[in-house]
Amino acid sequence: MKRDRLLLFLITAVVLVYGVIYPNLSVVATSFQRAGDWTLGNYREVLSQPVVIEAIVSSLGLSIATVLLCALVGVPLAFLFERFTFPGRRLFAAVAGLPLVLPPLVGAVAFIFLVGETGILAHGIQNLFRLQTPPWRLAGWPALLLFHTYTMYPFFYVLTGAGLRRIDASLAEAARSLGGSRFFVFTRVLAPQLTPSLIAAALLTFMTSMASFSAPLLFGGNVRVLTLEIFTARQRGDAAMAITETVVLAVISLGALIFFQRYEGTRKFAAATMKGAPRRPATIASGKARVLAAIAAVVFAVVLVLPVATLFLVSFAREGSWTTQTLPSAYTLANYQRLFGDPYAAEVFFNSFSMSAIAAVAALLWSFCVVTLLTKRERGKPAFLGQSGRRLLSLLILIPWALPGTVVAVSVAEAYGSPGSLLGSFVLVGTFWILPVVYFLRFMPLVVRALQASMEQLDPALAEAAGSLGARAWQRFVRVTLPLVWPGAVAGTLLAFVIALGEYVASVLVFVPANRPISIAIASELRDFNLGAAAAYGVVLIVIISISMVIAGKLERR
Amino acid sequence: MSFLSLQNISRNFGPTRAVADVSLDVVQGEFFGLLGPSGCGKTTTLRMIAGLEKPDAGSIHFQDADITNLAPERRGFGMVFQNYALFPHLNVFENVAFGLRARHTSKTEMNERVTSALELVQLPGYGKRAIDELSGGQQQRVAIARAIAIEPALLLFDEPLSNLDVSLREETRSELRELVTRLGLTAVYVTHDQEEAFALCDRISVMVGGKLMQTGKPRELYEQPADIAVARFLGRNNLIRAVRLSSSDASNGQFKTLEGGHTLHLSINRDELAPLNKPVVLAIRPEHVQLSSNNESAENSLRGKVREIVFAGATSTVRVDANGLLLEALVLQPERFAANEEWNVILPQERLTLLKSEHG
Repeated sequence: MKRDRLLLFLITAVVLVYGVIYPNLSVVATSFQRAGDWTLGNYREVLSQPVVIEAIVSSLGLSIATVLLCALVGVPLAFLFERFTFPGRRLFAAVAGLPLVLPPLVGAVAFIFLVGETGILAHGIQNLFRLQTPPWRLAGWPALLLFHTYTMYPFFYVLTGAGLRRIDASLAEAARSLGGSRFFVFTRVLAPQLTPSLIAAALLTFMTSMASFSAPLLFGGNVRVLTLEIFTARQRGDAAMAITETVVLAVISLGALIFFQRYEGTRKFAAATMKGAPRRPATIASGKARVLAAIAAVVFAVVLVLPVATLFLVSFAREGSWTTQTLPSAYTLANYQRLFGDPYAAEVFFNSFSMSAIAAVAALLWSFCVVTLLTKRERGKPAFLGQSGRRLLSLLILIPWALPGTVVAVSVAEAYGSPGSLLGSFVLVGTFWILPVVYFLRFMPLVVRALQASMEQLDPALAEAAGSLGARAWQRFVRVTLPLVWPGAVAGTLLAFVIALGEYVASVLVFVPANRPISIAIASELRDFNLGAAAAYGVVLIVIISISMVIAGKLERR
Repeated sequence: MSFLSLQNISRNFGPTRAVADVSLDVVQGEFFGLLGPSGCGKTTTLRMIAGLEKPDAGSIHFQDADITNLAPERRGFGMVFQNYALFPHLNVFENVAFGLRARHTSKTEMNERVTSALELVQLPGYGKRAIDELSGGQQQRVAIARAIAIEPALLLFDEPLSNLDVSLREETRSELRELVTRLGLTAVYVTHDQEEAFALCDRISVMVGGKLMQTGKPRELYEQPADIAVARFLGRNNLIRAVRLSSSDASNGQFKTLEGGHTLHLSINRDELAPLNKPVVLAIRPEHVQLSSNNESAENSLRGKVREIVFAGATSTVRVDANGLLLEALVLQPERFAANEEWNVILPQERLTLLKSEHG
């Protein structure tokens, strides 16, 4: 009994030491070293460069502005769609989360095709008004903020919506019966109740924006953000600079995480333990508001779908048929035929599929070890890990998720880029295995979280009942626990798999010819102006992701 | 002039009629109950009084002003919710002060009123506590304090005791009644618990299936239920299906029971309740059914065999089978009875009630 747990603990510990602790420590250590000596020289040099300071300021400014804009869009939408019923509501609900499953690179490419200076909208206006030059350039702050708002507003929309659904409507009713006006009730009761959801949304948006790479790379213009600076420093071969900047980015990200979580902890949730609670607020189903809401729903649904629709359209465009026209002038299946006929494309798909699958399955298996250690033991038996031990474990697992992909890739590359103490003479960098490892580290927290959520819903009395009927520990696990938790666990694994499938930020830093993934192929097609081919890759990714999400959704509802 | 008056109010939720054509009047200073099984529309009726729900038809008047469409915050009624609806992000003081803040009451007056409200519910000095540090009973008191702090024109209770355990419920019940009387408030109290309603309320309306069946003092409802649904709902009752015999007249009604074929006599005070040749229902409370070893010649005396004796503390129930008519009687000394013994079952005429049938 005790020995089983010791084994699980050892597996967990080895993965965390090799994957999280050692790489991150080695990056930090390297950033303080120069030619073998401990020094602050790297920081002095890096922080004295105006470019770096500018990148830090840009990253922070971009993230804060993104949070504000996303809140401005997402929160009113959540109110609109939670409190009104109207035709089109379900349609919107179905597409609202679309940007969340769009790989950032694919989204950015779609954006270029739609609103870029050679995109459909710009060409359309140019042709309509016979302008000499495109009406705008998709570059710099406006472009980044537009794209970030499009891709990240769902954090606010989804979490505010969930928060609104959780609030017991009788609180607002009580407040009104006590004489509070609608405004008074909103500021004194609803807003404080929503604060945790808003903070969680702000945190996710801030972290995602901090880690954003594809959009700044493709249309950041003269806005230099930290992720981009790290990438170019590595391209230049300036390892010290890249590593020091990586530490700066990591510190900002973790600092934000701690700041937001501390704030979140001070608030109280409604304890909906009472009988009859919570009551759902009545939705408003009539009047002018309903018409306005319906119009807003249609407009937003169109806006949400347009980039993806554009991507579909361009994927059927014949090469060279889309120069100054509003829409491509000739259509063909050639892009898809190339995708499924070309050995290069086949290799790229095989690489992404196999690496993502390896990472996801490994994450699933490993998460069973972790979650067994994390969940409280059956009543009357001592826990293997104490409370602080479990907290530390959770924290270590959270780190690779909280850190930008750039940081994870750089730290693994730094730790295993030369023969070292942990792997002996084996050098991970330059092999096929570097990407599966990075994917595993980045996305295993999703799987752990999904499995943990399923486990926590499990009634401990079930295992006790099985035990009282004579089932041994492994029998309880296989016959009772596993059948009940696998849908949630598999749903989480699928999610990790599809995100890994479109991964670009970390891949671009450490890929080698032998493991070139789909995202790298998209970027290189784009660079060669094979727009149709780039779009076709994107469409195939979106189709695979959509199917997986439908399956995951079905599993989670079981 | 009545204090609160509901006139023909109805409320539908989609195809369901939650409240159908309900009219009732509440007198100033009374403790008025709305009693009925769950889903009978009593809570919806209360919510319409509070303004949280708008009637589809009918009107609500308060002190002769039409308040049907008045926003809840302008009615000045205090409401105690079933789940208390205490604001989890505010402490006890701020919860109780909430309505006063909404009214922009001055700081000193607010302090005074919150303090006195907390004293009234016997929670002095609890102001700084967080809501989740309180027990269920204490949370319940805070909810009441919050409602009375605004000095409400009318107090509304939505099953406020249903989340408490039985012993606490009875204690809180009498405190609540005492408090409302002392403050001279008028209250409307919704509950599905007949005992609670009887103990608390001056008058009660019984609602079943969205309709108001009967309004009256607890004793009237108990002893003279107007209707089968009321009789069924208000405690245990022997319901006897019978037809009126054509030979009977109003002062000397004669009925033949469908089960057992016994003839029962009782006077018919309202002729329309007992049409000829149509099944009717007679009701008698188990405590009014007499079991006797002699008295064979008494009126409405039937011969019955004891089927079962159920011991339940102070009183016990004896189930008797009178030739297929099953009756329950409450007895004080169960040891006098044994299964399969024959007894005379007497149904005193003045205790038998003729019910309005479900179809007529």
